[in-house]
Amino acid sequence: MANRSLYLKILSAVIIFGAWEIAGRIPVSYAFPTFLESMAALGNMALDGRLWEAYAETLRPLVVGVAISTVLGIGLGLWIGLSKFFDWLVSPIFIVMQSAPLAALIPLLVMAYGIGLTSKVFVVCIMAMPVIVLNTASAVRHTPESMKEMCKSFLGTRTDMLIKIIIPAASPLIFSGLRLGVSAGFIGAILAELKITPTGVGDIITFSRSIADYPSMYAAIFSIIVLAVLFLNLLERTEKTLFKGHDRGYVSD
Amino acid sequence: MSLIKEAPATAEPALSEIAVSVRNISKNYGAVEALKDLTLEFPRGQLTSLLGPSGCGKTTLLKIIAGLLEPTSGEVEVNGKPVTGPGPNRAFVFQDFALLPWATVMRNVAFGLELRSINKSKREDIAAKYIKEVGLGGFENSYPHELSGGMRQRVGLARALSVDAKVLLMDEPFSAVDEQTRRKFQEDLLGLVQNENKTFIFVTHSIEEAVYVSDQIAILLPRPSRVSEIIRPSGFRHKDHDQIRRDPEYLDIVDDIWASLRSYVE
Repeated sequence: MANRSLYLKILSAVIIFGAWEIAGRIPVSYAFPTFLESMAALGNMALDGRLWEAYAETLRPLVVGVAISTVLGIGLGLWIGLSKFFDWLVSPIFIVMQSAPLAALIPLLVMAYGIGLTSKVFVVCIMAMPVIVLNTASAVRHTPESMKEMCKSFLGTRTDMLIKIIIPAASPLIFSGLRLGVSAGFIGAILAELKITPTGVGDIITFSRSIADYPSMYAAIFSIIVLAVLFLNLLERTEKTLFKGHDRGYVSD
Repeated sequence: MSLIKEAPATAEPALSEIAVSVRNISKNYGAVEALKDLTLEFPRGQLTSLLGPSGCGKTTLLKIIAGLLEPTSGEVEVNGKPVTGPGPNRAFVFQDFALLPWATVMRNVAFGLELRSINKSKREDIAAKYIKEVGLGGFENSYPHELSGGMRQRVGLARALSVDAKVLLMDEPFSAVDEQTRRKFQEDLLGLVQNENKTFIFVTHSIEEAVYVSDQIAILLPRPSRVSEIIRPSGFRHKDHDQIRRDPEYLDIVDDIWASLRSYVE
């Protein structure tokens, strides 16, 4: 089975990259390089070190932002799910945040926090946090009633209920929120570099475009997607080892 | 108002030995009266069924006895002590099993003991004993989703037995398992009542099931719920398990109950 799914993955990669290569060769557009050109550009950037420098820059707001969003987001989500009052008080903020046109808000953030790391972390958080918070809260609210009653009737305390019932029961939805949140965080990190100050991977994209070095531009975009997919896979592995019995068959890779 | 039926052959088992007594319980949900002034006693070491049409408040009554719901008025006593919440003298078996899907059979069965902070090796020893007793030996490390419905309820039963509560509260425990498994369960339950010195309170909507397993059947009628009748089938209680279903008294009681419930079922 594992082998078959590996073959399928390789097959779908070959099809997509093949289509990319063909589209680049037609060419669909002057600004659309072939797959091989892009990979060559990626190899070059990796060899001369530009890629690693860029990631060192980009990963900082991304990691800080995702870490804050995860810890704060799950914490707030649990609290919102457990308390009606807190739900009333805090949920609207995240619902607004989720639907706000972020690109339009960036100038405000820059005015308030400057063009440094803080603003970029904010952008990542605004992208990543709402879905984490709202997913966690709704997961907590949907803990099966009979499991809670079971915990109570076997003399569980409120802490037992939270740690042994509510959090594990909510974990599949919390993790699916995390997956969505982390992907949004990746988008946020690149958006911040495109809109605030061109640094890191955002700088490669902006700069390559300005000098019409399209292979490098697509190589940078490709690399960030690969990183995001790898990270999401890691997240799923973590979930699987933490909550073995939960196995409900996720499709993410 | 309560009509006590007695078979001539048996002496009444010491009714003075009351394990659980429910006195003048009322429960309102807003304007809806779920239970009204309900009084009922549960003899020690016996199985009492709460039987009635759906919506008659039998599960509500069971949860009040468990301490999971608070009555609007009235009181419940278990072994002479008033109930104010869940306690170690009662264990609950749930209709939908209420197992932890992320935990093995072993951890699920030991969960009641885990919540009582009993150390791991001790609680696993106890749990292992009850896992064997309910016939799940060899499945200790399986997860609930790997088990059939009947096996899952055996896990629920083992969990309730392992905390060694004197009163076992069972909320339609066999309604989610298939017919054949249910029959096996009913036979096993009779053995359990005989061997374990526990008081069983058993909610069911199946007339046959109630008559088959019970020492005492309380018939509840709805809107608002009250006990309309208490039946004590005793003529066939000591008979062989497979003789019960053809016993004339068994068949008569089943018919009588259906006659009195029929008008409440739409």
